[in-house]
Amino acid sequence: MRVTVKLFARLRDIAGSPELARDVAPGATIGSVWRELAREFPELARYERSISSAVNTDYARMDHVLSDGDEVAFLPPVSGG
Amino acid sequence: MPARERPGEGGKARPTSKSPYTEIVTPALLAIGRGELNLEAVVGALSGAAPGADGAVVTFLGLVRNHNAGRSVRYLEYEAYEPLALKAFERIASEIRERWPSARLALHHRIGRLDVGEASVAIAARSPHRGDAYAACRYAIERVKQIAPIWKREFFEGGDVWIEGATADPDDDCARAEAERAACV
Repeated sequence: MRVTVKLFARLRDIAGSPELARDVAPGATIGSVWRELAREFPELARYERSISSAVNTDYARMDHVLSDGDEVAFLPPVSGG
Repeated sequence: MPARERPGEGGKARPTSKSPYTEIVTPALLAIGRGELNLEAVVGALSGAAPGADGAVVTFLGLVRNHNAGRSVRYLEYEAYEPLALKAFERIASEIRERWPSARLALHHRIGRLDVGEASVAIAARSPHRGDAYAACRYAIERVKQIAPIWKREFFEGGDVWIEGATADPDDDCARAEAERAACV
């Protein structure tokens, strides 16, 4: 199945793109998508403990199981205001 | 102005195919977008519900400062995950309803390039008494900084850097308690 990955701020700079399409196996979680990305872009690894994640524009935990067509977002520490 | 918004309470519908007339549109209570912020519009968004019952409006305007961490700031670029940012604002408004039931919140955040002195966030809190309005307003800005998926990139003399602050976890009760303490000093 296929998911869309959205990256923001520094994470986007590291990956060189705000949005990536990724084929994942059934049962894939947000966490497994993240680990795959971190292998592809090793600089992402240091965000492991500080990122938040969302699925289809709602906050979700790393063990959340994904469905085909989901939009997964990885969010570095925020700095609004 | 805002690219995305939630309609204000009591706001009139925008013109539809059924109505050839332009109706008055109450500004959104919660919004994020690239246009300049207008504090009057933010205050105005709160005027609908119980105009006679409220005795206080407290506002906050966050400005781009010309210095940060020893650096001379030239300008900031804000970006957001807009749909989730709006949901975060809704969550903050709902937390305020829970904690200060008589207070109501309006909050507009700007994104894109902002020069020194420009406003990045405008907040208004309205309630029958000033104590709740002050507290709700302060709480709102603290929570924006904790959980809204918004980032600023600082362009300073000699370089640029993404500012990374709080780990956005809306369910972190400690962060919420911290915002409440700041609001209740």
